[in-house]
Amino acid sequence: MTALLALEGVSRRFGGLAALDTVTLSVEAGEILGLIGPNGAGKTTLINVVTGVHPATAGRVLLQGEDITRLKPYRIARKGLARTFQIVQPFPRMSVLENVAAGAVFAGAAPSLKEGLRLSREHLAFTGLAQIADKPASTLTLAQRKRLELAKGLAMNPRFLMLDEVNAGLNSSEVDEALAMIRRIAERGVTILVIEHLMKVVVSVSTRLAVLHHGALIAVGTPREVLADRGVIEAYLGEKYAARLAGARPAEGA
Amino acid sequence: MRDWLLLLLLALACSLLPLAGDNYVLRLGTIVAMYAVLAQSWNFIGGLAGYPSFATAAFFGLGAYTSAVLLSYGAPTGLAWTAAGGMACLFAALIGGAILHLKGHYFAIASLAVGEVLREVVNTTPDLTGGGMGMNLPVPKLSVAAAAQTFYFSMLALAALTTAAAIIVQRSRLGFGLRCIQQNEDAANILGVNAYGYKTAAFCLSAVFAGMAGAIYASWVHYIEPPDVFDILLAVKPLVMVLLGGIGTVFGPIIGAFLLIAFEELVWRSFLTIHAAMLGGIIVVLVLFMPNGLLALVRSGLARLRPAGPKP
Repeated sequence: MTALLALEGVSRRFGGLAALDTVTLSVEAGEILGLIGPNGAGKTTLINVVTGVHPATAGRVLLQGEDITRLKPYRIARKGLARTFQIVQPFPRMSVLENVAAGAVFAGAAPSLKEGLRLSREHLAFTGLAQIADKPASTLTLAQRKRLELAKGLAMNPRFLMLDEVNAGLNSSEVDEALAMIRRIAERGVTILVIEHLMKVVVSVSTRLAVLHHGALIAVGTPREVLADRGVIEAYLGEKYAARLAGARPAEGA
Repeated sequence: MRDWLLLLLLALACSLLPLAGDNYVLRLGTIVAMYAVLAQSWNFIGGLAGYPSFATAAFFGLGAYTSAVLLSYGAPTGLAWTAAGGMACLFAALIGGAILHLKGHYFAIASLAVGEVLREVVNTTPDLTGGGMGMNLPVPKLSVAAAAQTFYFSMLALAALTTAAAIIVQRSRLGFGLRCIQQNEDAANILGVNAYGYKTAAFCLSAVFAGMAGAIYASWVHYIEPPDVFDILLAVKPLVMVLLGGIGTVFGPIIGAFLLIAFEELVWRSFLTIHAAMLGGIIVVLVLFMPNGLLALVRSGLARLRPAGPKP
């Protein structure tokens, strides 16, 4: 079976810096893959490479066997690859509803603007933003903006959704809500990649973990395997934290 | 629906102008209509897409010269005017490919250079365009009054056409995509907006009607020369008009064109030597005190006048 998304020896260089170094990774349909690693490990670069923002300098990106390495970002978006931004990127002077409609109209299933607005109301209801649909996006709180990013991504009717730190800066009850939402999105059949710094969060939500360090993939596997990996402990977790996490509950089926 | 009705009423009211005034008034009306076309044109790329273009003069001049050359070879007027629009549009598509990846000030400067390049091209091809000597156009066999009316109605029809295009674009996918690009181009790309294609479309829209306005202008004044039709003011004034009326709106450019030309007629003729400074003064006041234009000012004023209570 072909993987939903496959990276084959993908590198991305910025001048002399290899932000991604021959990464080979495949994502199977239906999973929630957690991508972790220290700051500057190349996590966001990986999303940028997949979405065509910074195309790979070597290697190939395949979407169900089709080479999308050199496609423009808007074409990749229309193929059902959606992402959120770590630093939220709303259209500030548009309403929340219009923001979401943009995803539905340009990459999603909406044949017209009107239909796009109608579909967007459903996504707003799903993400709990329905009450503020008509507010300008610039007036939203950080938690609301993060959810708006999610709603925009969903409106694109994605096969694969990449979430870049949707929980950063949220308080713990907001994080719990966001996690529940991610699980519900996965239940709809959307494959998800989560970048996340909060280890507890990523361990509880992911079915599989991948670890980046200095642009290289140093471990892939179930959360239990990855947390026990010597290389991961040395590069990222540290002895004490790994021991503590091993005591905590990893995701079911791990 | 409201926009269409407003456009119809406005066009009807304007077509009554010949009944109300002499040729001087008609000449002013023609100028207002011409600048309404240019302001409306600039609004596509500058207002909707947020790309501060100074290429309006280039499109205007290119249209004027395209039409003048065709007319000198005996082409019918309608064909020459249409071809002028087509030429400007084609040129915008080509030049857009080269400069639309620039942003902000860099785009502004590159677009400014486009007109200067065209001016030099005209200067160095005297066989075709008369070069620096300028070009005479065939004078239509019409009475002065009939000619004044013909050009007034031509320019008015073009202004109406441009406004109709603006209404259609604003409600279309294209208009929506352009607003996305204006507010956050990276996010727009990631959401599936073909930003490059959309920007090029906006640039072409900002060229086609400006080119036709140049063609009508050339026929109207019978004589064109590079400093006249590539005048930088032809790029600056439409921008000021849009800012004055309301950027990104359908009727703001028209209101701005009317106000600025009226201001010019009433005030500037009393300040002949410092009228450029007056234009600068207007720009400063606009930027400082009403960045969203008169329309927004009037709207917020109306909202404040209304008694406080539940919103409609």
